[in-house]
Amino acid sequence: MAALPSLRNTAPWRVLDGFGISARAASRWVQPRSVDELANIIRRAADEDLKITFRGNGRSYGDAALNAGQLVVDNRGMTRVLNFDRERGTIELEPGATIETMWRTGLPAGYWPHVVPGTMFPTMGGCVAMNIHGKNCFKAGPYGDHVQELDLLTASGELKTLSRESDPELFRATIAGLGLLGAVTRVKLGMKKIESGRLKVRPITTPSLNAMFDCFVERMPQSDYLVGWIDCFAGGSGLGRGLVHQANYLSAAEDPAGRALLDNDKQMLPPSIMGVPRSIIWRIMKLMTNDPGMKLVNAVKYMLPETFDSSGTFTNTHVAFAFLLDSVPNWRNAYGDSGFIQYQMFVPDSTARAAMAEALEHCRRKGVVSYLGVFKRHKPDEFLLSHGLDGWSLALDFAVTPGNADKLFAVTRDLTKIVLDAGGVFYPAKDAVVDADSFARAYGDRLTRFLEIKHRVDPQGVFQNDQARRLGLV
Amino acid sequence: MSAPAAGTAIRTKSPHPSKFERAIVVGASSGMGAELAKQLAAEGAHVALVGRRESELEAVAATIRAAGGRAIVAKHDVTAYEDVPRVYEALTKEMGGLDLLVYCSGAQYNPDESVYDFAQDREMIEVNVIGAIAWTQLAAAHFEAQRGGTIVGISSIAGERGRRTMPGYTTSKAAMSTWMEALRNRIARYGVNVVTIKPGFVDTAKTAHLAKKPMVISPAKAAELILKAAHRGGSPSVFVPGQWQLVALIIRHIPSFLFRKLNL
Ligand SMILES: Cc1cc2nc3c(=O)[nH]c(=O)nc-3n(C[C@H](O)[C@H](O)[C@H](O)COP(=O)(O)OP(=O)(O)OC[C@H]3O[C@@H](n4cnc5c(N)ncnc54)[C@H](O)[C@@H]3O)c2cc1C
Ligand SMILES: NC(=O)c1ccc[n+]([C@@H]2O[C@H](COP(=O)([O-])OP(=O)(O)OC[C@H]3O[C@@H](n4cnc5c(N)ncnc54)[C@H](OP(=O)(O)O)[C@@H]3O)[C@@H](O)[C@H]2O)c1
Repeated sequence: MAALPSLRNTAPWRVLDGFGISARAASRWVQPRSVDELANIIRRAADEDLKITFRGNGRSYGDAALNAGQLVVDNRGMTRVLNFDRERGTIELEPGATIETMWRTGLPAGYWPHVVPGTMFPTMGGCVAMNIHGKNCFKAGPYGDHVQELDLLTASGELKTLSRESDPELFRATIAGLGLLGAVTRVKLGMKKIESGRLKVRPITTPSLNAMFDCFVERMPQSDYLVGWIDCFAGGSGLGRGLVHQANYLSAAEDPAGRALLDNDKQMLPPSIMGVPRSIIWRIMKLMTNDPGMKLVNAVKYMLPETFDSSGTFTNTHVAFAFLLDSVPNWRNAYGDSGFIQYQMFVPDSTARAAMAEALEHCRRKGVVSYLGVFKRHKPDEFLLSHGLDGWSLALDFAVTPGNADKLFAVTRDLTKIVLDAGGVFYPAKDAVVDADSFARAYGDRLTRFLEIKHRVDPQGVFQNDQARRLGLV
Repeated sequence: MSAPAAGTAIRTKSPHPSKFERAIVVGASSGMGAELAKQLAAEGAHVALVGRRESELEAVAATIRAAGGRAIVAKHDVTAYEDVPRVYEALTKEMGGLDLLVYCSGAQYNPDESVYDFAQDREMIEVNVIGAIAWTQLAAAHFEAQRGGTIVGISSIAGERGRRTMPGYTTSKAAMSTWMEALRNRIARYGVNVVTIKPGFVDTAKTAHLAKKPMVISPAKAAELILKAAHRGGSPSVFVPGQWQLVALIIRHIPSFLFRKLNL
C-alpha cells in the first residue's frame, strides 16, 4: 500500500473562528466520514507531531474549537442518527449530529431533548465536551446527566464504550472534558416524553436584581424552565432589572390542541419577522449595535414583555422558546468584524447576589456594558470539570472593537477576580479571556485530577486546542 | 497585530499595518530579492531568506548582519511544494510571527523561436505560479486570521500579453498576476495588503542576455520602489518603474493581428 500523504504538508488550511468572531485562527482542517477514517487521522497526526482539536459547529464563543497552525478535525462528516428507540425514548447519534437533528427525530414521536442550549446548532461532540446546560438546568441538570453511554476514541486508537457502570471515572472526565481526552464518536441519551408541542410561558417583570433572584427562588418548585433577561444599562435601584420567562410543559389534558404541534413543520419560526426576512435582520441590528441603540432595545424589552392573555401567560412552541436566538440568522454579524465576547460567571448561591450586583455595577462604572445579561440557576453534577454548581450564572456579551480592547480586557480581568473571590467558576464554552492561574484557582483539585487522567489517556498530548493551551489544560 | 489582552486569542485589525518587523523573502539569493532583503533589514525588519543556493543566501545574510541587521536563511526549492508549510512554520516560529511575505522566486527562459521545450515551460509554471500559490496562500490564511499583513508578489509586465518570443514565461506571469488579483479580492477586506509588482527591465541575471533593455533600472532601485508600494498599502498592482504603466496600456490594446507581427 502506498504511504498516505503527510497531513502536515497536504491538509487544506482554513481560517476558523469562535462564535464571538473575535477569536480566530488559521489551521489545517480535515473532515473524516467514519470512525475508521478518524482513527487513521489521529494515528497520522500523532506520528507527525500535529496537535488535534475536534470541532463541532463552532458554537463555542471563544477559542475552544480553534487550533492555530495545527489540525482541526471537524465532526460534521459524521452526522447520522444511529438508533432511535421510541419505546424507551433513547437516541444514539454520531458526534456531528446536532441538537436540531435530535429534536427533529424525537418530536414526531413525542420526545424532546432533556437539555438544549439557546441554539439548535451545537453537535453532540460539542455538547459532551462542554456538558452544556439549558434554561431548565436547576431542575433537569446538564446534558451529561442524560447521557447513558458514549464511545471515546483515544490517542492509542482504542475505542472505549464509557458509561456510569463501565469506566465511570473516564466517563465523568470525558463529559465536560473539553475534547481533551479523545474523540467522542457516539452518544446515547435519554429523551423526555412530551404531550404537547408547546410550552406555557409566563413573563414576569423584575424591577431589580434581588427581585429576579427572589422570583427564581419562589418559582423554581413549580417551573420546568426559568430564564432571566437582564437590562445591564439600568443602574441605581433598577440595577439588574429585567424580565423572567417561566415555562412549563403542558399535559394532553391541559392542552389537547398541543398534540397537533408535535410536528416538525409546525415548530419552525416564520421566515420573516414583521415583514423583514429573517436572513437580513442582522443588518438592521448592526445599525443598533452601539450603546444608545441597545439602551433603547433593552428598555423596550423590559417595559413591554410580550402581549399575553388575561392569565398572564402565552404559549410558545418548544423551538420558539428554546432557540429564540436562531430566529435571526447570522445575528452575530451585527457586531462587525471584531466581533464580541461572552463572559459567563458561575457563582455559588451564598455569594451570588453580592457578586453579580458588583459585576453589573463595575461594568457600568467602567462604561463597558453588556448589551444583554442572561441569568440562570444551576445545580451540581458528577462531571469532573463541569461548570455546574449549586448557584447561579450570569452571561454578559461585550462588543470588541480595535479601540476598546484594552479597556474591555481590563474589565474582564476585574470580573474574573469577582468570580474567584465569590468562589465561582468559568465555563469554557463561553470563555475567551480567562488566564491559566484563575482557571486553576477556580477548579482546584478537580483540575489536578483531570490532568492526571489526561496524562494517562493522552500521554503524548495529541489533543489540544487554543483554549486548553491558554488555560493550562495540556 | 495581536490585541494587547494578555493570554487571549482575540485580535483586532492592526493599528500599524505597514510596519514590517518580520519578513520572509522567497527568492532572496540574488537580484531583486537580495536587494529587498537588505533594504528590509536596514529598515529594522528581521528577515528570512529563502532559495536554493545556500551559499548565496548566506552571503546576503552576512551582508545584512555586518550592517547590524537580523537575517536567517532557509534552503528550499519552491517546487518542493510539500515542504512549504514546514519551512513557513519554522521561519515564522523563529521570528515570532510574520508581517510581510515577498514572493520573488522566478524562472525565465527565452527559447529560440524554433524550440518547443516542455521542461522549461513546466519549470516556469512550477516556480512562477505553483510555488507562488503554495507560499502566498499559506501566508494569506495566517494573515486573514491575524487581520493584517502584507503579501508582495513579483510578477512582470510580461504577463500583460501572450508573446511569441516567450510563451511559457508570459503565461506564467499572467497566471501569477491573476492569482495575486484573486487573493487581493479575497482578503483585502480583512486588512491584508496584497501587492502585485510588475517590473519592466531590471538589471539582474535574468536580463543579462538581452541586448536592448529600455528604461532599465538597478535591482536596488527596483527594491526601493517595491517597498514603497508595499508600505503605501491599499493593495495596489504597480508597475516598476511607473512609466511602464503607459506602455502596458498601449500593449494591451494592440490588436492581435498586429501584435503577432511585432518582435516582442
Ligand atoms: C447562540 C448560542 C447560545 C448558546 N446557549 C447555550 C446555553 O444555553 N447553554 C450552554 O451550555 N451553552 C450554550 N451555548 C454554547 C454551546 O452550546 C457550546 O459551546 C457547544 O459546545 C457548542 O457545540 P459545537 O458542536 O458547536 O462545538 P464547538 O464549539 O465546535 O466545540 C466545542 C468543544 O467541543 C469539542 N468537541 C467537538 N466535537 C468533539 C468530539 N467529537 N469529541 C470530543 N470533543 C469534541 C471541541 O474540541 C471543543 O472543545 C450557546 C452558543 C450559542 C452560539
Ligand atoms: N529582471 C527583470 O528584468 C525582471 C522583470 C520582470 C520580472 N522579474 C521577476 O523578478 C523576480 C526576481 O528576478 P531577478 O530579476 O531578481 O532574477 P534572479 O536574480 O535570477 O532571481 C531569481 C530568484 O528566484 C529564485 N528561484 C528560482 N528558481 C527557484 C526555485 N526553484 N526555488 C526557489 N527559488 C528559486 C532564485 O534563487 P535560487 O536560484 O537560489 O533558488 C533567485 O533568488 C522573478 O520572478 C522575475 O521573473 C524580473
